[in-house]
Amino acid sequence: MRQTRIARNIWLGIENLLLHKLRSFLTMLGVVFGVGSVVAMLSVGEGASKEALEQIRKLGSNNIIISSMKSAEEEAASTQHSHRAMSIYGLTYEDYRRVASSFKDIQRAAPVKLTRKDSRLRERALELRIVGTTPEWSELVPRDIVAGRVLLQADLDKQAPVTVLTEFGARKILATESTIGQTVRLGGDQFEVVGIVKSESGQAGNIQIPDQDVDAYIPIEVARRYFGDIFTKRTSSGDEREKVELHQMIVQVDDPKKVEAVAAGIERMLEQFHKKKDYVVSVPLALLKQAEAMKRRFNIVLGSIAGISLLVGGIGIMNIMLASVTERTREIGIRRAIGAKRRQIVYQFLIETVVLSTMGGLIGLGVGGLIPLLITYFSGMITMMTLKGILVPLLISMTIGILFGLYPAVHAAKVDPIVALRHE
Amino acid sequence: MAEQAPSNDQEIIRLEDARKIYQMGTEQVKALAGVTVSFKKGGFSAIMGPSGSGKSTMMNILGCLDRLTSGSYYLAGQDVSRLDDDSLSEFRLRYLGFIFQSFNLIPQLTVQRNIELPLYYLGWDARDSENKARELADQVGLGDRLGHRPTELSGGQMQRVAIARALANDPQVIFADEPTGNLDSATGEQILELLVKLNELGKTIIIVTHEPIIAERTQSRLHMLDGLIDRIEGNSNETN
Repeated sequence: MRQTRIARNIWLGIENLLLHKLRSFLTMLGVVFGVGSVVAMLSVGEGASKEALEQIRKLGSNNIIISSMKSAEEEAASTQHSHRAMSIYGLTYEDYRRVASSFKDIQRAAPVKLTRKDSRLRERALELRIVGTTPEWSELVPRDIVAGRVLLQADLDKQAPVTVLTEFGARKILATESTIGQTVRLGGDQFEVVGIVKSESGQAGNIQIPDQDVDAYIPIEVARRYFGDIFTKRTSSGDEREKVELHQMIVQVDDPKKVEAVAAGIERMLEQFHKKKDYVVSVPLALLKQAEAMKRRFNIVLGSIAGISLLVGGIGIMNIMLASVTERTREIGIRRAIGAKRRQIVYQFLIETVVLSTMGGLIGLGVGGLIPLLITYFSGMITMMTLKGILVPLLISMTIGILFGLYPAVHAAKVDPIVALRHE
Repeated sequence: MAEQAPSNDQEIIRLEDARKIYQMGTEQVKALAGVTVSFKKGGFSAIMGPSGSGKSTMMNILGCLDRLTSGSYYLAGQDVSRLDDDSLSEFRLRYLGFIFQSFNLIPQLTVQRNIELPLYYLGWDARDSENKARELADQVGLGDRLGHRPTELSGGQMQRVAIARALANDPQVIFADEPTGNLDSATGEQILELLVKLNELGKTIIIVTHEPIIAERTQSRLHMLDGLIDRIEGNSNETN
């Protein structure tokens, strides 16, 4: 009974608004755009945080990535004098041993030695990034195995010339040939393909995701023996030679709470053994926090803009409702004369405003749902609609109806029936 | 909530030394200057007088739309002169019906909805209201116009709708303020007939008018002048 009465009141409100379709629609517009922007904001925010989490997952949330980097002074020197000097920098095998054995919180660690080589199988060729590493790699950078296996300790012990390719590389080079057991040439040497894994690629924040689409994983000892530690880089000013023992170390900490402490420890340890800062320690988790902070700032900015448009929408509604009250003074007088109490008049106008703003909210939900789709379509940014992202704006729009409807409604109830009945 | 009226149960309305004073700037206007009068149950009375005589104020007071400055008003045996706004609304809703010169239908509502209006505030459910509205529309001869809006009706038809609405809450007293003022004489006559018929069915009707030809049809005529009763004709009222 009570419920049907509320439903009836709401229906009466809708009927009244339908009498002035254009006016009701225009009145709603403010709320439509306000709610639309809130919805869009929330879904962009959700999407961004999901994307950040996704990237952190790819990097490994408990991982610390230490990369070799030519120190700033060295970089300056090599560009000034284009002589054929050799620069020596970066992480060493010794660093790896020290880091891997000194911290009790480090669960596992993998050294990474990189070089780019042309690979061939008959007439097919592709430049691959040769990643010399240990079996730990496949645990630190877990990817699905497409065929065969990943590197094993036995491969390292035997210094076997075996390689694990990525699915992308395998498609380019092996094509339709039978895959596992195939021999490919990496640089000048023959390697047996023992496995194919999936790969991720791209950037998370300012950290390169550890694997790439064009990777070929080989035992690190094999990489060292076949390709050595000296690399020649071709630049515009001539060949540049560098000696780098390890390009990267990936370290996994057993507890996410300790990641940053261990990273600081590694930083301090490396400082002691390196004269120049020729390495970077990056922590994906720190990145996550940074991303979260970014998201918060982003949300505050967008939230205030959405808030302003909602406020404007609310004032628009209030304005029209006040005009409507004046216009319907006579109706109010009639209702009061018949026996409507003041609060019933308040109730009537309040329901109309709430219906108006909620309908605006629903349309705004549609508009706001469309904006993230367009953003995703044009910019590729991930957006996400959550239940919270739908309920919050709807609740806001209803609240706006109550907030901005209250004054006109109370104003309406104050109308004196005797004056109102004489009103023309 | 209200005291018993110090009078017999033949009267439905009793005013005692009723005064209504308006403050107009520095001047006090005595719209009612101490009126004592009563109306019989089931009577058909007219309140007459020139403009400014206080007949509108009288109507507003009797219709529980306004409150006295001093004095007492007993309606259906209850003292309503000290009631607050909500209680007055409640009284109008349960005991009174109104018919106005300009019909005062709500233009955006259909005939049915207009008739149902008092029932809506009485809390009737939709089906009962609809049945009652249909019954009342039949009674005033508009059974086929329930879905129409007031703007699609003639003046006479609109006033019939207003009468049906005034009857919806089965009131003790119906107040009619110049009910034929906006109608041509033939239509006005029909409306008057309807009111006479309602009176014959037992409704107390009080009509405010300045047309003697209408007043002649009533059982008593209360002439007002300068906020006081000038004279009374007929047998429906008494003053002391």
